[in-house]
Amino acid sequence: MTAPKLLLDQVAAGDALPALAVEVTPTTVVLGAIASRDWRPMHHDYKFATERNGVADIFLNTPNQAAWFERYVTDWTGPHGRLGRMTFRMRDSVFPGDTMTFTATVTDVRTDEAGCGWVALDVTLTATHAERGERTATTCALTVAVPTSNDDNPWARRGAAWAP
Amino acid sequence: MADADDTTDELPDDVAALIGVPQYPRTADFDVERSYTYDTCAATQNGNPLLWDDAVATELAGGPIAAPTTLSLWMRPHYWQPGAAGEQVALQVHFDLKARFDLPEAVMTDNTLILHEPVRPGDRISHRQVLRSVSGPKTTKLGSGRFWVIDVEYHNQDDVLVGVERYTGFGYRRAAAEGSAS
Repeated sequence: MTAPKLLLDQVAAGDALPALAVEVTPTTVVLGAIASRDWRPMHHDYKFATERNGVADIFLNTPNQAAWFERYVTDWTGPHGRLGRMTFRMRDSVFPGDTMTFTATVTDVRTDEAGCGWVALDVTLTATHAERGERTATTCALTVAVPTSNDDNPWARRGAAWAP
Repeated sequence: MADADDTTDELPDDVAALIGVPQYPRTADFDVERSYTYDTCAATQNGNPLLWDDAVATELAGGPIAAPTTLSLWMRPHYWQPGAAGEQVALQVHFDLKARFDLPEAVMTDNTLILHEPVRPGDRISHRQVLRSVSGPKTTKLGSGRFWVIDVEYHNQDDVLVGVERYTGFGYRRAAAEGSAS
């Protein structure tokens, strides 16, 4: 039996998640684009990105950023954590050569009418580069369900018991 | 920036009639497969055992699932396929509204992903677009236009809702000497 890594009563509003820092390479960008079936050239063609789009390099695509947010949050919750909702706001692009750093703060902890335990997070993806400086690339408001007890499993919820 | 919450009753009748009505239903070209979950996990160095270990997946989720944030990829067209011609537009309702209101530029201001029943290998996903709201005329630093909210609803082959993507768009005409197109 897989024990939950994180229970709802171990979380409080104001808690900070451990930061995750990743060095972005062209391979990071291209792997993410291909994995999400995003064939647009600005995610794999340097000349298109720089000469046509007028940006610094190829850049991370949106669905892949969603996957990075998923990875970051479920690293923290463990496999019992079940994403409910995520809202993105893109502010700047993430390029090869950047260090992207994920940070998050718990904004709310609650149990809904069905007994599902929810954690709300504000997650920020910050891109840092020696010449481009530090930029807030993406912000994401996210909710994730975590077990309320060792016997609870958010993945077992169906129908009215799952209200993301 | 203003938003699309304040849907007005001043909408043209043909636009008002589309609110809440499913449009452009389409079924994916191929079944959900595990390789994209592995590719997504590899691209993000995601070691979640729920996505790698069938025993954990069976215990927690009743069997293997697709990585939740892969939801939209199942509906993306192939880069090329026999007989395909021209650009395939993913969010047709957005482009319809740009044309209807004669707004040459548009940006997406927010993108929300809402996850319902898990997607599983072997599923065949379908989607449809639903216009939820259109604002009255607004002026922002980009220009003058309207906000709209479009849901893309994803269902599996049993017509069970697996997720919704909600886009808030702003279609606009540029203010003189400022703004950017997308």
